[in-house]
Amino acid sequence: MSEIQLEIDGKEVSAAEGMTILEAAQHVGLYIPTLCHHEKLEPYGGCRVCIVEVEERGWKKLVVSCVYPVQNDIIVRTRSEKVDRIRKTIIELLMAHAPDSPQLVEMAKEYGAVRDRFEKDPSFCIHCGLCVRYCAEVAKKNAIGFVDRGINKEISFIPEIAAKECNDCKECFPLCPTSYLQACYVLTQGLAFPSPSVEPTSEE
Amino acid sequence: MENDRIDQIIDKHHGEASSLLQILLDIQSENSWLPKEALGRVSQKLDVPLTRIQHIATFYKAFSLVPKGRHEVHICMGTACHVRGATRILDTVEEATGLKPGETDLDLKFSLETVNCLGCCALGPVINVDGKVHGKMSPVKTAEALKTYE
Repeated sequence: MSEIQLEIDGKEVSAAEGMTILEAAQHVGLYIPTLCHHEKLEPYGGCRVCIVEVEERGWKKLVVSCVYPVQNDIIVRTRSEKVDRIRKTIIELLMAHAPDSPQLVEMAKEYGAVRDRFEKDPSFCIHCGLCVRYCAEVAKKNAIGFVDRGINKEISFIPEIAAKECNDCKECFPLCPTSYLQACYVLTQGLAFPSPSVEPTSEE
Repeated sequence: MENDRIDQIIDKHHGEASSLLQILLDIQSENSWLPKEALGRVSQKLDVPLTRIQHIATFYKAFSLVPKGRHEVHICMGTACHVRGATRILDTVEEATGLKPGETDLDLKFSLETVNCLGCCALGPVINVDGKVHGKMSPVKTAEALKTYE
C-alpha cells in the first residue's frame, strides 16, 4: 500500500504514497529543474519548468512533476525530446519578463533557449509565488500578496504590515529568482512607509 | 461605512471565513465600493489575512477599491452593439462626462465602465445606467438620457 514502484529515466524508484514525482526523483538524486518549488512550501505548480513525460500503460502525457503524485508502474522521462522542447519555450516565455535572471540564464544555456525570441515585456516578476507563499506559510506574516489577475497580476506589499515586519525578516529576499521582490520592497518603503510620528492609527 | 454595519453583515454569514466572497459582495452592494477600513475589519473578524482579501477584491471586476459615482454607466461593447455604433456612444458619454472607462468624476456623479455584452443584443447599441437599460441608443439620445441624471 505505502510503497509505490515507478521508473524515472530508466531507474527503478520506490516512493511513499502521496509523494510527488519531483520529490521521488530528488530522493534518488535525479535532477528536475524548478523555479517555483521550495521544500518548505506546499507544491504550487506555477512555473511549469518541471514538466516531465509520464507513460502509463503505453499512453504518454505531459505532467507537472511538482504537483503530480507518484503512481505504480508509470515510466517518467525527465529529458525526452518533447519535454526539452516545451521547457525551452517556457524558459523563453519567462525570459520575455525577466531576461537577465541568473536562474533563467542558466537554464536557457542548458536547453538552448533564445533570450530574445519573444517580445520583451519586462515586468521582472515571473509569478513563481515564492515570496507570497513563504510569507504566508513559513513566516506567517502575510505582508505580501498578489493583486489583480491575468496579465496585470503583480505582487504587492501591505504597507502597514510591511513597515512593522519586513525590516527584521526579509527571509523571502533570497528566494526571488529575478530580484523584482527587492525592488518592489524598496518602492513600497519609499512610497508608503509612514515616518513613525505621522503613522495613522486606527483603533477600535 | 460603519463598523457596526460591517459586523452585522459578517454575523449574517455566521462569521465564517468561507463566506468571505459573499460578505465582500454584500458590502460592495450596500456601499458601492470597498473602503480599506472595511477590508481591515473583515480581515480581523474572519481571521483571513489582508493579502488574501486584497487578492480577491482585485481579482473580481464586481469589486471596486475606489469610490463609485452616484450613477454607474455601463456601455455595451459587445459585437452586436459594436457594429451598430457603440464606439460613437462611448465617445458621446466620454465627452459629456469627461471620463474614460473605469473612471469616476470628482463630484462622484458618474462612474463609467465598458462591458462586453449585456445580453440584449436586439436592443443594440445598449447602455445601462444604475441597472436601467437604455436600448437603440444614438449619440443624441445618449446625451439626452445622461442629462436626466442628477
